[in-house]
Amino acid sequence: MAITLLISITIISLISVFLALLMVIADATIGNYGTVKISINDGSKELEVQGGQPLLKALNQEGVFIPSACGGRGSCGLCKVKVVSGGGQYLPTELPWISDEEKKQQVRLSCQFKVKTDIAIVIPEELFLVKEFKTQVESIRDLTHDIKEVRLKLLDPSEITLKAGQYIQFEVPEYEKTDEKVYRAYSIASSPDDNKHVELEIRLVPNGICTTYVHKHLKEGDAVTINGPYGDFYLRDSDNPIIFIAGGSGMAPIKSILLDMEKKGNNRKASYFFGARSKRDLFLLDELKALEEKMPNFTFVPALSEPLEEDAWKGETGLITDVVRKNVKEGSKCEAYLCGSPGMINACIEVLTELGVLPENIFYDKFS
Amino acid sequence: MSESIMPIAVLFASIFTSNILLTNYLGMCSFLSVSKELKTSTGLGIAVIFVMATTTPLNWLVYQYLLIPFGLEYLRFIVFIIVIAAFVQLTEMTIERYSEGLYQSLGIFLPLITVNCAILGVSLFMVIREYTFLTSFLFGLGSGIGWFIAIIAMAGIRQKLKNAKVPAGLEGPGITLVIAGFMAMAFMGFTGMITLS
Repeated sequence: MAITLLISITIISLISVFLALLMVIADATIGNYGTVKISINDGSKELEVQGGQPLLKALNQEGVFIPSACGGRGSCGLCKVKVVSGGGQYLPTELPWISDEEKKQQVRLSCQFKVKTDIAIVIPEELFLVKEFKTQVESIRDLTHDIKEVRLKLLDPSEITLKAGQYIQFEVPEYEKTDEKVYRAYSIASSPDDNKHVELEIRLVPNGICTTYVHKHLKEGDAVTINGPYGDFYLRDSDNPIIFIAGGSGMAPIKSILLDMEKKGNNRKASYFFGARSKRDLFLLDELKALEEKMPNFTFVPALSEPLEEDAWKGETGLITDVVRKNVKEGSKCEAYLCGSPGMINACIEVLTELGVLPENIFYDKFS
Repeated sequence: MSESIMPIAVLFASIFTSNILLTNYLGMCSFLSVSKELKTSTGLGIAVIFVMATTTPLNWLVYQYLLIPFGLEYLRFIVFIIVIAAFVQLTEMTIERYSEGLYQSLGIFLPLITVNCAILGVSLFMVIREYTFLTSFLFGLGSGIGWFIAIIAMAGIRQKLKNAKVPAGLEGPGITLVIAGFMAMAFMGFTGMITLS
């Protein structure tokens, strides 16, 4: 009995070992494609990866994240990447996801396409820059009674490349309001020039998971994980006069864009309409006044909709839409950048259209 | 049946009268999911023919010269699975490396059928029915061809079906199973011609 048992164990082990050995040898010979080079966006980045693996995985390992919902099983069709050279033929597993138009552009499904030789690919610049950052809270300060400015110092990676106006996703760890990690998007308020830091302006939303976390739990020195940058809310290249409209924490991307313009000596005509209820909702006035002085063509127009008696307010009053209507002339030449709640944005779009601003020249970042 | 015509009879029986898919209902999962397109069905069918025709004799050798001498027949389930998996993996790697064209048409399907029960089933039937080496090979080949015929027939029907009004509750796998049932009945019509023990 014992002998039979021993024999069967030995034999099955021998078979397994033999086959495993065979696989190891095959892996090292037939399956070994050596290291191959991936050239991204016309050589703006070169990666050296182990050949023979799917493109999606190879890029992921090198920190280039291609969005994929199914995790590389070829069932979501999201991870498309343009392979301009070294692509070879399409695989049957890619074809259901690739249209004729995409075939002409050599778009491949990166989770199915395997890197076997040196290839050149093209990916959107944004994706190329999206990374996960380990950061540390450098400072938190109150901008108003319900808006906090959080300044994060980037630790790993220690630098971020972004366009002014883009946003990042803030990772909220598990705490009393959530059983799992959640992500919330916040616009970056700091200048792209300050690439070792990211500043966020976060308004307390009653019962908001992330805003409560930031306002009630986050302390200086805490670790925070973010990923980004994302978004196409950035200044378009033209000479048209600019209308910025934002209230409350919607100032963040606008401030970033303004700082960037100042740094680059961009002298486009620009007005920033900043709407608030009363004086206690206004913030960073000194900073914006300073920018106004440094930039001859920039005007800052704060407006209060319900100024209190003690505010002694001498500036513009009324709803932001009315203030815009009063101050903007020749809308047809303007570009407008809006950031705020959906209600405010919709109302502003209506007024801007009335003033003659072309729909294709209105850009916005809606909070949702 | 005389010994000499036995192998040929097995070949034809496994294609038609004892079709592994339609009489034993083995290998249903890939049959149901892949039979939407004629082109992919063809690729998968050819891959099945190849794997069945090669792994069955391979397993016969392992069984006769390794398992029987040591009295380990009861381990055949595990051993057959390992042998099939390793063989398929090796073949896929080789094809992928050396022939892009073949990989396009055949290689890409190989990993999908490693765990296809029809393939293990063929190896196990071969043992139960005590086939010789040659008969095992023909049985594997025939079963593969039978599976191939069944899936392309189904794919053809399903492509026509796109123009038919299928009741909402029967769409997809439902109607496919009903059709598979009809096909099985049609194939059973051949049963009287040759029977496999």
